[in-house]
Amino acid sequence: MAVIIKDLVHIYNPGSPFESTALNKVNLEINDGEFIGLIGHTGSGKSTLIQHLNGLLKPSSGKILINDLDITSKDVSLTEVRKKVGLVFQYPEYQLFEETIYKDIAFGPSNLGLSEAEIEIRVKDAMEITGLDYELLKERSPFELSGGQRRRVAIAGVLAMRPDILILDEPTAGLDPRGRDEILREIKEIHKKHNTTIILVSHSMEDISKLVDRIIVMNKGAVEYSGTPREIFRYGKRLTEIGLGVPKVVELAISLREKGMPIKEDVITIEEVKSEILRNLRSKKNA
Amino acid sequence: MDKMIRIENLTFEYTDGDRVVKAIDNVSLDIKKGEFVAIIGHNGSGKSTLAKHLNAILIPTSGKVFVADMDTSDIENTWAIRQVAGMVFQNPDNQLVATVVEEDVAFGPENLGIEPKEIRARVDEALKNVRMTEFAKKAPHLLSGGQKQRVAIAGIIAMKPQCIVLDEPTAMLDPRGRKEVMDTVYRLNQEEKITVINITHFMEEAVNADKIFVMENGRVIMQGTPTEIFKEVKKLKELGLDVPQMTELAYELKEEGLDISSEILTVEEMVNKLWP
Repeated sequence: MAVIIKDLVHIYNPGSPFESTALNKVNLEINDGEFIGLIGHTGSGKSTLIQHLNGLLKPSSGKILINDLDITSKDVSLTEVRKKVGLVFQYPEYQLFEETIYKDIAFGPSNLGLSEAEIEIRVKDAMEITGLDYELLKERSPFELSGGQRRRVAIAGVLAMRPDILILDEPTAGLDPRGRDEILREIKEIHKKHNTTIILVSHSMEDISKLVDRIIVMNKGAVEYSGTPREIFRYGKRLTEIGLGVPKVVELAISLREKGMPIKEDVITIEEVKSEILRNLRSKKNA
Repeated sequence: MDKMIRIENLTFEYTDGDRVVKAIDNVSLDIKKGEFVAIIGHNGSGKSTLAKHLNAILIPTSGKVFVADMDTSDIENTWAIRQVAGMVFQNPDNQLVATVVEEDVAFGPENLGIEPKEIRARVDEALKNVRMTEFAKKAPHLLSGGQKQRVAIAGIIAMKPQCIVLDEPTAMLDPRGRKEVMDTVYRLNQEEKITVINITHFMEEAVNADKIFVMENGRVIMQGTPTEIFKEVKKLKELGLDVPQMTELAYELKEEGLDISSEILTVEEMVNKLWP
């Protein structure tokens, strides 16, 4: 088991007038190599949750085990935690700071005390998987690149740490459709190539439904649903109520079903909705 | 004169090292008063550069831009143009300057030298317009992204513009924030008759526009109503742009021989068509 979360509670500003409970008894298990989509409205607790997973926040109560290491215990080494869990923040391109792209990506691994040769291998590998040309770009300044390219450099910097678990917080925010598709394709590639456990935080049901094994829906500091995209989208109405919405094709399927067209409940792609509609219209014609 | 914006043969170049980059390449278009226009295209297509010409942040290398008949290349017009055409940017945190919401909204009118009583009235009205009255005394940093963007819009409305240019106003927001902002912008267009130019790559935000311009490589390569634009499913996909899911489904159903219009944009239209 990659991640086990037990009764996790986090209270901000405890004992002050601003006290607020961000996480209220969260229980979760995530398997090795699983691809998770974590979604929730702003304020649902998803960012607080992921900041616990690499030790940036300490729980008010409860436990987190990462590959059997209790990262919430007092004497845990944070370096060990961060070797296991890589966190890519929102708009990570704002965190680049080095003179060259090579140095920026190498910064994390250098702090692990690895040999130069090993660092170079890791930088090359991380750049390859994020679609950055090593020879062309290694000596360039990261600040000469476009926004989408800078974001790749930031992601490569986390990959070079070779984490077992990679968490990405809204990695496609602010990108155009082409940039979004490229980044998502690369994340999928990382998952496949290294069997990395991935937790992808997103607002976009469309993006998530195509990629992940399991969706975890957070609401008001607790896990509201956990299941495959097919299972989750059955709760379309409830998802809309908690500010999330479902892909338009799922919305269509729900509306048609309400009007009496017997569409199957677990359709989630355009392709599936299309064949359901055709099946129904044809059988209506023949009736 | 019923033209809010007139763009005539606009070209904009800048130099990157010793290379000359043509960010906008001979664009001509008109936007009528009261219209809701969406400009779509992916990053680097020139859409943001075009937007910055609409309130004289950028001046054409060649060609002309007229805002309410004022030539943007005449420096004498700059302030008058910025009063006519207000701009809202992507990142709400970069636009709010004051520590209290209503002071932030008052910032623009104060700089116009408007008398305090009038400012008070404008701020109250602007906050009411974006449904943020109850947050008037709050600190902006305690608001959600969607709320911050609405405050930024209120700050623009308080200057009584005829036109608002929004440059990817929802790119950093979650679905609820996105809806809040788009509802606000549509309401301002319909009720206050403010001309809206929304620059976006969310196609669902362009579905209700009066007119869409599609940009690529600094040129306007398609223009028309949403139904005219979105029925070009293949072309949009080639450009790396999204098509609204309903339009794509209509296109797919048509390919299967179903008698269905490719001009369907919303779930409601699709339901009515398929299962009346």
